[in-house]
Amino acid sequence: MDWVFRNSSLVLELTGQHIVFSLVPVLIGLVLAVPLGWLANRTRIGRSLTLNIAGFLYTLPSLALFVFLPPIIGTRILDPLNVIVALSVYVLALLVRTVADALNSIPSTVVNSATAMGYRPGRRFLTVELPLAVPVILAGLRVAAVSSISLVTVGSVIGFGGLGKMFTEGFQREIPQETISGIVLVLLLAIVVDGLLLLAGRALTPWDRPARTRRTAGTAS
Amino acid sequence: MTYLSWLFSAENWAGGADNPGIAQRLVEHLGYTALTLVIALVIALPLGAWIGHSGRGGFLVVGIANALRALPTLGLLVLLFLAVGLGLLGPLIALVILAVPPLLAGTYSGVANVDPQIVDAAKGMGMRGREVLFKVELPNALPLIIGGVRSALLQIISTATIAAYVGLGGLGRFILDGLSQRDFPQMIGGSILVALLAIVADVVLGGLQKLLVSPGLQERSAASKPGRLRLIRGGADTGASRAA
Repeated sequence: MDWVFRNSSLVLELTGQHIVFSLVPVLIGLVLAVPLGWLANRTRIGRSLTLNIAGFLYTLPSLALFVFLPPIIGTRILDPLNVIVALSVYVLALLVRTVADALNSIPSTVVNSATAMGYRPGRRFLTVELPLAVPVILAGLRVAAVSSISLVTVGSVIGFGGLGKMFTEGFQREIPQETISGIVLVLLLAIVVDGLLLLAGRALTPWDRPARTRRTAGTAS
Repeated sequence: MTYLSWLFSAENWAGGADNPGIAQRLVEHLGYTALTLVIALVIALPLGAWIGHSGRGGFLVVGIANALRALPTLGLLVLLFLAVGLGLLGPLIALVILAVPPLLAGTYSGVANVDPQIVDAAKGMGMRGREVLFKVELPNALPLIIGGVRSALLQIISTATIAAYVGLGGLGRFILDGLSQRDFPQMIGGSILVALLAIVADVVLGGLQKLLVSPGLQERSAASKPGRLRLIRGGADTGASRAA
């Protein structure tokens, strides 16, 4: 712990980098996964095509992806963009399947009721189907965010910043405290982000609250 | 195309006396992978089967699997290197720690999620605990167990690549040596090899799954959507963690 306080400015800078590198991809992946997951449920072929491509992308080792993205997207090998694109690919690959499954699990009676009440497909998707899919999507999002936070550190092997740099520096200069501090900070960051996502999910799904709130609402009326 | 020149040179495949070629690195990589997988299976299979069968400590498996998802493997590798020094032991421990949770989660949730009616029917037919486990629960759990093996295998293959950072051989050497020599074709060649290995391993296990799982189960597991979702919610979903 002592080490962290003595090097607080470095630690703060690396933490900031880490947050950008790991969470921007989560955002990009989520934004792209919702329409793709919706498309995957339209047709049988669309579904198998989307899910197979996602499964394939998920198979690629991250270090390999960090290295062979530059010639494909035309960046330099140590451009932070490589990390962000690579991790967005993973988040997308993970979430497309989750979004497709979540939308698929909504009871057809609910969708039919909404249609019968006069909801057009676009509005029905945004105000009925998507909110009902939130709990499952959120579960996938938590997994994606936590593994993204852990994965960024791999990039430090080839020289990207973020908290992983404390592992490689700790290794080169043989300072175990630096490596341990890095691990603890990565774990802390993962726990904090996971907790925040959990809270955001609660706020987004007021109907899914535990029984306690429902009972107080009942006695009040 | 110039990036691929390195990969297609026979000289690089054979290697020389003091610089091992692609063939040897590939064998090393496969060796680490196989060794890790065997050790992890020996630990996780019996434990997961017992926890799933007895229903004790399931929350522990889910908790551990979730917590370890955030543990950065590179940090663990470096730490173990600083603790036990050069050699295979440190990286091997790190790889096993990484591979156990998906195997454990797959076995546990596979066995625990077998339809209770099937288990009751087996008991009604006079089967005892051990028989129920081996003849009914494990065969029924096979799709999820193999799912766990698939995800563990991917993580081992990916992570064995970073193990080169702490002095191990394997395909990661090409990425790191290429980086230090500014030899990008070598880095990219190494990356393509690792990616190909991961894809081939996944396809082989996919085929194995089709071969081993009884046909009746395959149709059902494809149709059982609620089961899938329950797993994702529970957090023990075996396919959903990404290591390196």
